Amino acid sequence: MKTMTDAKITYVLRQGDTPLILAQRLCGWCGHAPELEIDLALANIGLDLLGQARNFLGYAAQLAGPGYSEDRLAFGRDEREFRNLLLAEQPNGGFNDTLVRQFLLDAYHVLLHRELSHSKDSQLAAIAAKSLKEADYHLRFSRGWMIRLGDGNEISHQKIQRSLNDLWRFTAELFHADAIELELAELGIAVDPRQLQAPWQELVNSTLQQATLALPNEHAFRHGGKQGQHSEHLGLMLAEMQFLQRAYPNCNW
Amino acid sequence: MTHAEWPLYEVFIRSKQGLAHRHVGSLHAADDQMALENARDAYTRRNEGCSIWVVQSCHLVASQPEDREAFFDPSDDKIYRHPTFYTIPDGIKNM
Repeated sequence: MKTMTDAKITYVLRQGDTPLILAQRLCGWCGHAPELEIDLALANIGLDLLGQARNFLGYAAQLAGPGYSEDRLAFGRDEREFRNLLLAEQPNGGFNDTLVRQFLLDAYHVLLHRELSHSKDSQLAAIAAKSLKEADYHLRFSRGWMIRLGDGNEISHQKIQRSLNDLWRFTAELFHADAIELELAELGIAVDPRQLQAPWQELVNSTLQQATLALPNEHAFRHGGKQGQHSEHLGLMLAEMQFLQRAYPNCNW
Repeated sequence: MTHAEWPLYEVFIRSKQGLAHRHVGSLHAADDQMALENARDAYTRRNEGCSIWVVQSCHLVASQPEDREAFFDPSDDKIYRHPTFYTIPDGIKNM
């Protein structure tokens, strides 16, 4: 039974860490976005994701037992203990890079939450159902901008295509299932991510087509984030994100 | 490359069913759909509304300050146009 709980905690952390890390990334745009209105939109999406992360991490803390809290999980874990997708931790780059990262993940989250909202775990189902409405809107934003810039002018098209090519390799992980996920999917608790690949690909294809963008040639191959093996970017980001709680443990304001 | 400014839009929000849309501010957007989404992000984040209207500012016809006397002063001294002689029941809100 213990291992079953451990597997579930890991799974819930995976669901919470991706929005947490992505939220931190998006909030890095605050005050720097190309337009005031985009600034607000990115911060809004970031805060939605932070809310989702809090729900998942709060649930993980509850499963982990006394002594754990969402704050401790967010600010007290080391890089190797984070379970987010590699794609989420990739640097903001330019607006084109942020946008492509966002679109690929939004498309994934819409499909994931739609499935997870039928989970036999009522808490997971409730969090997913709530997150789905937000993800729908995020996708509307990022998909709209993909089409606008992809089918914009020569420069905007080139930039989006380049970001897409750069980030494509991280998309393999979205559908990579390990023993933990397969075991929990068997029980109807988790979503088997492999089943999301076909609809995701379809959504991406139709968007790229409208945006006059080409599917990258490169094979998607990177994974490991869900197991705690991250790219070099996460550590730096955590150093900033966790600084306050590390320097002044349990500080409050 | 020249930086073309996005057109200005005016935003109207209805705070709940049954009330009228009220002007809440303005924003920039490249087209109508983006204006609606920007308005959603900028003006309804704190649960302010259930419906949004946006319209390009250049499509609004506005009265001019120099017409103020002819337009508005004549109603200054017509107190019989104000329904102040009625008592409003406590239960009526939004009057």
